Amino acid sequence: MISVQSVTKKYKGTPRPALDQVSLEIEKGDFVFLVGASGSGKSSLMRLMLREDVPNSGSVHVLGENLVGLPARRVPFFRRKLGVVFQDFRLLPNKTVAQNVAFSLEVIGKSQGFIQEAVPDVLGLVGLGEKADRLPSELSGGEQQRVALARAIVNKPAILLADEPTGNLDPTTSEGIMALIDSINLAGTTVVMATHDRSIVDKMQRRVVELSAGQIIRDQATGSYGVRS
Amino acid sequence: MRFGFIFSEVAQGLRRNIAMVISIILVTFISLTFVGTASLLQLQIGQMKNYWYDRAQVAIYLCTDISPEATCPRGEASEDVKIQVQERLASATLAPFIEEFYFEDHEQAFANFQEQFAGNAVAQYVKAEQLNETYWVNLFDPNQSQIITESFTGLAGVEEVRDQRSYLDQIFNILNIASLAAISVALLMLVSSVLLISTTIRLSAFSRRRELGIMRLVGASNFSIQLPFILEGVVAAFIGSLLSAGAVLGLVVFFVQGFLAERLPFTSFVSLSDGMLVVPLLIAAGVVLAAAASGLAIRRYLKI
Ligand SMILES: Nc1ncnc2c1ncn2[C@@H]1O[C@H](COP(=O)(O)OP(=O)(O)OP(=O)(O)O)[C@@H](O)[C@H]1O
Ligand SMILES: [Mg+2]
Repeated sequence: MISVQSVTKKYKGTPRPALDQVSLEIEKGDFVFLVGASGSGKSSLMRLMLREDVPNSGSVHVLGENLVGLPARRVPFFRRKLGVVFQDFRLLPNKTVAQNVAFSLEVIGKSQGFIQEAVPDVLGLVGLGEKADRLPSELSGGEQQRVALARAIVNKPAILLADEPTGNLDPTTSEGIMALIDSINLAGTTVVMATHDRSIVDKMQRRVVELSAGQIIRDQATGSYGVRS
Repeated sequence: MRFGFIFSEVAQGLRRNIAMVISIILVTFISLTFVGTASLLQLQIGQMKNYWYDRAQVAIYLCTDISPEATCPRGEASEDVKIQVQERLASATLAPFIEEFYFEDHEQAFANFQEQFAGNAVAQYVKAEQLNETYWVNLFDPNQSQIITESFTGLAGVEEVRDQRSYLDQIFNILNIASLAAISVALLMLVSSVLLISTTIRLSAFSRRRELGIMRLVGASNFSIQLPFILEGVVAAFIGSLLSAGAVLGLVVFFVQGFLAERLPFTSFVSLSDGMLVVPLLIAAGVVLAAAASGLAIRRYLKI
């Protein structure tokens, strides 16, 4: 499903690589936490999986595509098979909840009929059926992240990439979001999630991959956040 | 992507950058009006050339008593000279090139002169014998005037051989320079409108960077990301080129046909159908330039 082999990523003007000979295999249906200190390379690794960037060496295969050799014009079609959420939600402030989700379908050319059916469905799934016509500014942080999740999964992606999705949320709200992501995973979607949230990782007891200074220093099938430092 | 969606994106972009859009419209309007005017001027020059060159004659001026000593040492041309000129014009070497020729004597020259300069003080002082007697020659091909010039220049009793086209060429040169000036101004303005379009498009992209980010994230194709921006530039330039088309047609109808043609009845001027010929050119130029400028601008913006 996702196969990263001996990947090194060095940004221009930085002395040490952000990712240093990283290899990682993720199977269909897996739920993987990426943990590690700030700057350890979690986001860099996810950017490679999304083909927002290419490694200096090594290979990245996602959903059968060789991302290093993937021509630029095919990148958009590859991304349609993935869902992504971030710490900062990335919603359009001047569009309602429903319009935000619809927008992501409109720009990939889905029919009006499909959009009118899929949007209420997915909003119901994330528990926002009642708030479809609100603007993002009229929602709490947790609700905004639900909108972002709805947008990420509305196209039924095989993989969900989540970069600190609970980073801006209080513990109770985070739990709700994690329950949602868990259900998405149970429905068959592979989930890769970077997080600093110790309690979430400890509670979920899923696979944990720990990065430190661009290298994988731990990969446990079911693990906790790690030793308190 | 659906048409309605693209349309609303374009409309939104235009509304958001209304001031810049208006400046694109005005700059393309003015630059294309210059382009159109220059093209019409070229058409006009072409028409006048056709008309006047066909009628241009070669004049063989015979000596008079007041001709300069150097060319006419023996003063007024004698009957012998006229016979010689006439024979040579009718000779087997020259005749095939000549459509017709006729002789204008002092009295006819004087009558023509009086008519041409009626009301002018010079008409009162000039005397018939001061005006050259002239052989006027119409050639089948006005381009071959050299044949006449070469065979009569320097002949005793001939003061000068003159192709009327040499006067016309001066006029056409002036008109040509005017149209070149208009084209240069047009080119400068086109450059500035291209720069303006690419700046506007980049601004528009910047103000929509959130949308752009999300579009790329969810896998919108490059084409559908770029299309609204390209259309934005194209729509603005299209409006500008329509205005310039209106201005050019207005120029033809009201200034050329309504003003010039009434005052100079014996000159053929560019008509509305010539103007119609220029219009598609202007619109195509505006649209193509805008598409190229905004396409390049958005591509470069998205690369960063
Ligand atoms: N675009 C970039 N240009 C230069 N250096 C970068 C860039 N992005 C990341 N880096 C560097 O690469 C290293 C890894 O960054 P990355 O964002 O992957 O860390 P992270 O694990 O996601 O950190 P955090 O937990 O704070 O999000 C850091 O040292 C960072 O400074
Ligand atoms: Mg990060």
